[in-house]
Amino acid sequence: MSGRGNRRRLVSQAWPVALAGVAFVAVWQLIVSIGNYPTYTLPGPAVVLDRFLFFWNRGTIQTHATATLTEVALGLLVGGGAGVLIGLVLARSALAERLLSPYIVAAQATPILALAPLIYLWLGSGLASRVLICSLIVFFPITVSTMVGIRSVDVRLLELAHSLRATRRQVLMEFQIPSAMPQILGGFRVGVTLAVVGAIVAEWAGAERGLGVLINLARGSLFDTPLLFATLLTIAAIGVALYLVVVLLERRLVGRWRSV
Amino acid sequence: MNAIELQGVTRSFKVGGRKLVVLDGVSFDVGAGSIVAVVGPNGSGKSTLLRLVSGLLEPDLGRVMVDGTAVAGPDPRVGLVFQEPRLLPWRTLLDNVCLPLELAGVPRERRQERARQLLSQMRLDRFESAYPGQLSGGMAQRAGLARALVQEPDVLLLDEPFSALDALTRERLNGELLALWERTHPTIVLVTHSIPEAVFLADRVVVLSARPGRIVADVPVALPRPRSIVDADTAAFTQAAAAIRYALESNDEERAA
Repeated sequence: MSGRGNRRRLVSQAWPVALAGVAFVAVWQLIVSIGNYPTYTLPGPAVVLDRFLFFWNRGTIQTHATATLTEVALGLLVGGGAGVLIGLVLARSALAERLLSPYIVAAQATPILALAPLIYLWLGSGLASRVLICSLIVFFPITVSTMVGIRSVDVRLLELAHSLRATRRQVLMEFQIPSAMPQILGGFRVGVTLAVVGAIVAEWAGAERGLGVLINLARGSLFDTPLLFATLLTIAAIGVALYLVVVLLERRLVGRWRSV
Repeated sequence: MNAIELQGVTRSFKVGGRKLVVLDGVSFDVGAGSIVAVVGPNGSGKSTLLRLVSGLLEPDLGRVMVDGTAVAGPDPRVGLVFQEPRLLPWRTLLDNVCLPLELAGVPRERRQERARQLLSQMRLDRFESAYPGQLSGGMAQRAGLARALVQEPDVLLLDEPFSALDALTRERLNGELLALWERTHPTIVLVTHSIPEAVFLADRVVVLSARPGRIVADVPVALPRPRSIVDADTAAFTQAAAAIRYALESNDEERAA
């Protein structure tokens, strides 16, 4: 594909997205104008942007966003890594699946909001607790997608592997993992968005910095609804950006042989 | 010298708790450098037979030998071509053809050189960086053949390799297979549903009965080599085809009686 073709495709894909963004802001403004809501209930886009720029220029947003992004990155690393590993184990051993899956499902079914204070009680209020909370929420979709992906490898390809005397390690590295890659990355699509939720929940349970902390400040002591909106939009933007990173990763890793 | 010997080979499978005998006391030899076709109705154990020779399956009874030694598991001396190309969709054509050598630990330079040779023999050199999803059925199957040849096997086993292709492509690939055989004279065992294909390619055609598979005929094909597509109109061709058809049909009647 030529560079120019790529750019043209990007432009043709980008303008509907931009249009939808403009429409979103317009509808938002319309609701505020028609309903004539006070700023402390529903601020308009201009007020929110003004507030965002004010705190951006003071460096407030960046400080808190950096803290949240650190937790998200480490949570993805720990939770995603563990998810892929456990998913591989579960896929390759029926016994392991029978023994472990009830606990894995139970851990997922327990609300992370309820677990967070307990984790703080055990690990203290440092970064480790927040990373663990984030990992826990990321772990499940990635474990399941890895397990399902590895299990759904074409048995005819496994027969080929056997006929070529592939070792267990070669079967894993050259057949099972590449074949499961689309599903594993699908798990990461869900995982990155959940990681952001996990980080915010963890910050609510106790932290000094982070966008979750900023939300608490905005709606509590500061009673600053426009700042609350600005923070929420920042969080949403981080989620969308991370999701796009995974989509780009998919294009690089599996897009050549499979349309994403 | 026999490249392949089967002695009293019996194999059954458990299907839904019942034992299903697929091959029952099958014995035959394949001379080194010759081409033998195996024909038979569905369920006559043709594919099982190839899997026994390739070492993917073990016989319940009897012995399978390749080059005078018993087959014990998959063997690099045997190359296997499946009904479908079975290419890894995430690998380029070149990397697919390299796969057997890569798994065997052959250094990158050497395996790529060997794979490129085969790709050019198969007229696929322009497509070495294409992915299987971008290839036609005939091209993909030629790549599957190249992959089976990359380890320079003494024995090439083909499991209905062209059955999924259209008639014209199939005819062309049959010609290519013979051209390839003329170069290095590997021993070939080919399973097929097509009597004309069997006669056109093989020195001998082994006819299997319906399940449990037994040998009901072993028909020699007296066509000179090198062969070409016009040989299909000769008397020798027609006679061999008639003998095979007769063996298949009389076996049906025996069962009906």
